[in-house]
Amino acid sequence: MSWALKVDGLGRVYGEQGPRSLPGTGPEHGTSVSPATGAVVAAWDVGFEVAPGEALGIVGESGSGKSTVMRCVAGDERPSRGSAYLSAYDDGRTDVLALDDGARRRLRIDRVAVVYQDPAAGLDLDTSAGGNIAERLTAAGGRHFGRIRERAAELLELTEVPLSRMDDPVRTFSGGMRQRVQIAKALANRPPVLLLDEPTTGLDASVAAGVLDLLRNLLERLGVAAVVVSHDFGVIEMLTRRVMVMQHGRVVETGLTDQLLEDPQHPYSQRLVAAARG
Amino acid sequence: MRTVTELAGTGGPRGIFDELSKREVRRAALTAVAVPGYQVPFGSREMPVARGWGSGGLQVTLALVGPGDRLKVIDQGEDGGVNAANLRRLVVGHVGCEEETDTRRATLIQSRHRIPETPLRADQTLVLQVPVPEPLRAVEHDVREQRRMHAQEDYARMWVGLYEDLVRNGVVTKSAGYPCMVNGRYLISPTPIPRFDVPKLDQAEHLTLFGAGREKRIYAVPPHTRVEPLVFEDVPFEVEHTPGAACRHCGATASYLVEVPSMDGAVAWVCSDTDFCTRNREVR
Repeated sequence: MSWALKVDGLGRVYGEQGPRSLPGTGPEHGTSVSPATGAVVAAWDVGFEVAPGEALGIVGESGSGKSTVMRCVAGDERPSRGSAYLSAYDDGRTDVLALDDGARRRLRIDRVAVVYQDPAAGLDLDTSAGGNIAERLTAAGGRHFGRIRERAAELLELTEVPLSRMDDPVRTFSGGMRQRVQIAKALANRPPVLLLDEPTTGLDASVAAGVLDLLRNLLERLGVAAVVVSHDFGVIEMLTRRVMVMQHGRVVETGLTDQLLEDPQHPYSQRLVAAARG
Repeated sequence: MRTVTELAGTGGPRGIFDELSKREVRRAALTAVAVPGYQVPFGSREMPVARGWGSGGLQVTLALVGPGDRLKVIDQGEDGGVNAANLRRLVVGHVGCEEETDTRRATLIQSRHRIPETPLRADQTLVLQVPVPEPLRAVEHDVREQRRMHAQEDYARMWVGLYEDLVRNGVVTKSAGYPCMVNGRYLISPTPIPRFDVPKLDQAEHLTLFGAGREKRIYAVPPHTRVEPLVFEDVPFEVEHTPGAACRHCGATASYLVEVPSMDGAVAWVCSDTDFCTRNREVR
C-alpha cells in the first residue's frame, strides 16, 4: 500500500442519526442543518489517503466540518459512519475507528499524534516542557530517566525551544513557544501520522511564520504523513502539496494545492482563494 | 422515665457489626484477592471510631476475626499507642478473642503505618488502615478519569509526577504510601507505610488486606504477588536509612528507626516496632 492513513466515507451527524437527516443538507442547499430533523450533518462522505512524507490540507470556513473530520480521525470523538486505516496498525487491515476507547487511546501514543490550535489542549501547563514530553515517552514504556531527559532535550532542540527552559512549567512560556513544545511532544515517539489542527491560528503573524517555517522543515525531514486543517490558504499553501476544500460538511473540491490556488473550479473555492489573495 | 436501652428493647442485633455487613466485607475482600491491587467498593458502615481513624481496617478485622484468633493491633509500630490499644480492646471485648502483642504468635494483625519487622507467615493476615487509597489522586482529581486510567492501565501521568519530582528536587521525595504496581497490573498506594516497608509486600508469605473506611474501598496484596515500586531504571529505589543510627534500647541498626527529640539537642533513635525491640533486648 502507498498510504499511511486512509479514511473512507467518514460522516458525523449531531442529532438524529437516520437517513432522514441527510436530504436538504450540503453546499447545494447552503446549510448543514437538516430541515427534516434539525440534526447537524457536520461531515458526510469524506474520504482521503495520505502517503508517508506527504501533507494533505483540509481547508474551509468555520463550521465547514474540517475540525470534526480531524477529531474523528484523531479519536477525540466517534464518527456516525465511515472507517479509517493506518498502515502502522495491523498493516492497515483494521478499521481503527471501530476500536474500543482503550485501543484508540494507545494509538495516540506512537501511531497518530495531534497538534491542537490551543496548546492547553495538548499540554499540561503546570508541568515542565520536559515533563510534558516525558508523558509520551513513559506512556510508550520509557523507564530510563537519563534517556527520557536526553530524548526530551533532543526534541526541544528540534523544535527550537531553548534548553534552558526545559525544566520550567509550560504556563510560563509564550504562545509561540508553547506551540513548539506541543509539536515536540507530538513527535516524541516518532508517529507515522501527524494531525495538525489550525497549528498557527491564535499566534501573531511573525510568531506564526516562525512556527510554520519549523513545521515545513519538520514535515520535509521526518517523512511523516500529515493532515493540516486550516481556514487559512496561506498555511495550506506553505505546508501541503494536496488540498481538499470543505463546505457545509461536504468535500467540494480536491486537487494539487498550487493548481487549486491558481485555478479554483468550485465557486466556494474561488471565494476562499480570492479572500486569501486579498 | 425510661432509658434509651429500655426503649430499644432486647430484640435486634447486638454488638457493633451485623452479620450481613460482615458478609459484604468478606465478599469485597475475596474480590480484592482475586484481582490483586484493584480497589473494590464496599458500603462502609458507621463504626465506633470516626471515619479516617481506622474504621476501614476495623471493619475488615471484624469480618475476619473469630473467637480463636490472637489479635495484635499496632499504631506506628506500637502496641501500646492509644488508638491501637483502644481498637484492640474494642474487638477483643466484642468477639472474645485473645489480645496479642508478640508478632510471632498473632494470627491477625491490624496496623496503621507499619508492617512488623518480624517476617509474617502464610497463616497470618495483615490488615492495614488506609486513609487515602487512590494513588492517582496526586495527579488527577476527577474520579471518573481515575477509574478510566486504572481500567486502561494508563499510568503515564504518575511517571510524569515522578519525573517532575526528580527534576525539581534531585531525588524522589514521596516517602509514605509510595506508589507500587501490583502483579504488573494495578497501581496501589500501600497506605502510609514508609518506603522501608514496601519491599516486605513483594512476594510475601502472608495476605495483606487494605481497608479504607472513609473512601469505602478494600484492596489486597495476596501471598506470593509481585509488588514493584514505581522507579526509573537508572534511579534506584531507596528506603529510609540514616548512617550510624542505632536503636537506643536494643542497638538494632537494620530496623525502621524513629528519631526521639531530647532536651539537650542530642539525637536519639529507637525502633518503631516496639514488640521487635523488646524481644531484641531480651536476646541481648
